Amino acid sequence: MIRSDVLKSLIPVISDQFVVCNIGLPSQELHMLDDQPTNFYMLGTMGLSSSIGLGLALSQKQTIIAIDGDGSVLTNLGTLPTIGNNQADNYILLIIDNGSYGSTGDQPTYAGKKTSLTKVAEACGCDNVIECKAEDTAQVMKDAIASKKMTVIVCKCESGNIPVPNITMDQVVIRDRFMKALEAANA
Amino acid sequence: MSIHSQIVTDMVNNNIEFITTVPCKQLGGVIEEAEKNPSIMHVPCNKEDEGMGLCAGAFMGGKRSAIIMQNTALGVTLNSLATLIQFYHIPLPMLISYRGELGEPVACQVEMALHTKALLNQMLIPTYHFHKREDAAELDKILKYTFMCNKPVAILTDATFWKGE
Repeated sequence: MIRSDVLKSLIPVISDQFVVCNIGLPSQELHMLDDQPTNFYMLGTMGLSSSIGLGLALSQKQTIIAIDGDGSVLTNLGTLPTIGNNQADNYILLIIDNGSYGSTGDQPTYAGKKTSLTKVAEACGCDNVIECKAEDTAQVMKDAIASKKMTVIVCKCESGNIPVPNITMDQVVIRDRFMKALEAANA
Repeated sequence: MSIHSQIVTDMVNNNIEFITTVPCKQLGGVIEEAEKNPSIMHVPCNKEDEGMGLCAGAFMGGKRSAIIMQNTALGVTLNSLATLIQFYHIPLPMLISYRGELGEPVACQVEMALHTKALLNQMLIPTYHFHKREDAAELDKILKYTFMCNKPVAILTDATFWKGE
């Protein structure tokens, strides 16, 4: 399974959840598969999906799922100690680890070589870190949502991309409809 | 009231409930006050661009946020300012220690001070410079302005300001 297959398998589980999605192809894939007001597409700032997600989780009650990639987490490795030391039981970080920088042409990352993001996350103080196979991700996500415990999921999948259209929706609309949906859910 | 608690009081009065910080000697008193204040959630970050991600998230979650940082870190935040904070119209007060100004003991700090206002100007970020203690009287208005226009706004605070000269 490649990342788009993982996202497709996740749709029944995350469609009604609040999701912050990583820059580039992951956001484009999620947008194509299941565009929802509850999706926040982060169109710039590689590496900050996990940070935006944590800020969201710490500031309100709804469960927040941040979808990130191995390359993006490596870009913002400082995020893991911040997550590990600021417990938010409504926060789930899903790292789709395909061992490559997918959006730029599948160049290899160090996570696909000797570096284990699972071990890094554990060493950074994250208590519930689950490494899973691509095909198990939907079930692991379902369990993580039900557990109401801060969870980091490292999904190991294959590298590869499918053709997807760009997101042309205005970014302020993306932000505004996400905030309105979140405010309504918290009301 | 100390200048530190005056600054934090202005933040609280403007409903800022989430603050992220990177340690700084000059801003240490403000960070300590923010940490002590029960209406503020203080989440230290490891790098300022990470901090801007946290602030963007907190704002979208319904909490007004602010970042406390040094001007030497401005460079690492430029992309986050342009493609997150400005792109998505997120208000962000940036309380910045303006190292490298008069009274600076470390020559290296001067180098980024030379670029600070030019970079902020290039980024079209409204910038206020607190040099004299009385300049802080404008903070309340600056915060209101930030949340009115949904933009990042920089408040540079130099060594003379902190010494209260």
